[in-house]
Amino acid sequence: MNRQPKAVALISGGLDSMLAVKVLQEQGVHVEGINFYTGFCVEGHTHAIRKSDQKKEKRNNALWVAEQLGIKLHIIDVIEEYKEVLTNPQYGYGANLNPCLDCKSFMVKKAREWMDENEFDFIFTGEVIGQRPMSQRKETMPIVAKQCGSDDRLLRPLCAKLLPETLPEREGWVDREKLLDFNGRSRKPQIALAAQFGFDEYAQPAGGCCFLTDQAYSAKLGDLWQQRGSKNYDLDDIMLLKVGRHIRPRDNFKVIVGREEGENNFMRGYRKQFTHMHATSHNGPLALIDGNVSREDLKLAAQIVARFTQGRDADSVQIEVNEKGNEIPFTLDVTPLRNDDIPKKWYI
Amino acid sequence: MATYTLDARRLLCPMPVIRAQNRIKTLAKGDVLEVICTDPGAKNDLPTWCRINGHAVIEIEAKDDEIIIKIAVGEE
Repeated sequence: MNRQPKAVALISGGLDSMLAVKVLQEQGVHVEGINFYTGFCVEGHTHAIRKSDQKKEKRNNALWVAEQLGIKLHIIDVIEEYKEVLTNPQYGYGANLNPCLDCKSFMVKKAREWMDENEFDFIFTGEVIGQRPMSQRKETMPIVAKQCGSDDRLLRPLCAKLLPETLPEREGWVDREKLLDFNGRSRKPQIALAAQFGFDEYAQPAGGCCFLTDQAYSAKLGDLWQQRGSKNYDLDDIMLLKVGRHIRPRDNFKVIVGREEGENNFMRGYRKQFTHMHATSHNGPLALIDGNVSREDLKLAAQIVARFTQGRDADSVQIEVNEKGNEIPFTLDVTPLRNDDIPKKWYI
Repeated sequence: MATYTLDARRLLCPMPVIRAQNRIKTLAKGDVLEVICTDPGAKNDLPTWCRINGHAVIEIEAKDDEIIIKIAVGEE
């Protein structure tokens, strides 16, 4: 090749992809980043919603990493295509509803398409053998490479020495000797390399960067699918699973109760789409009702919502109910349910 | 050179960035794109995206609950 090799990096915003980029930049490779938005990314959302988080600096880690490294970043909306990956994963789910192996294959495949369209030479990731129980194992890495049709043009600079040689190495676009042999769950080699490169700030999210690895979130998504009788969802569904307490007292409906001002504000944007209620006699949260409900169901929902108002110990709380599609609200006077009256199993 | 508007209200990051990125691909150097957002995260993310991709933020205006970010399109 007479020109500078060009590679596209899968950028999550974490330390590993940051290190992988730097390793290849040091070898003179032109790098641009690609980042996929599935709708389940932890990035920014909850910070944007929750009032308590609003004092923290809001930043998208993938963008921040790209700026630190001086590379372009292309963010791709894959919300629609991702539904097939999540609802029908060939290799199943991990500990929660995380289809990590299918997800990785999907992302590398999308990166491969981007690579071809933009005339880049190869793809690379910050993966390390043994780092993740499902997608980053020595036995599963060839699956990802084969599934996505990229086999020979997929490089993992942080553990390349432990894997078979790839095209970029054979062609001399990168020097295999200068690649690494990281292995296992220890973060020490990464932290040492970060220090060597002078990276003194980087994100290390404890649970990864995806809501699907979160047990509480997966329980809510599983409940949504079960009640609908299918694995369908849209972006609003999965955004609402990120906010509020979700309480299902009966099979036909659940109540989403805002936990603080930021969540209430966010949920206000959904008032037209849902029957909703709030207390008028006391301060309290906004609640959305998801499902088809009878008046009797609404009364039970109002008693639950009253429990989360400042009138929780009062004999009666006035709740204004706005039914979906009906512009005229009505009022219910209810006795708040006591803590003991809300069985734990109602909390999704 | 022309000025265009992108409605990114109610979208949470990174969606405003994705929409701006896709729109800018269709514009010419020197065009201006006004992105109207409601997610405060866009105040950080859009300027960062512009810096790394060669575009310039001309103005950030906060009006009521909306943030209007004006971007001058640079070289692709």
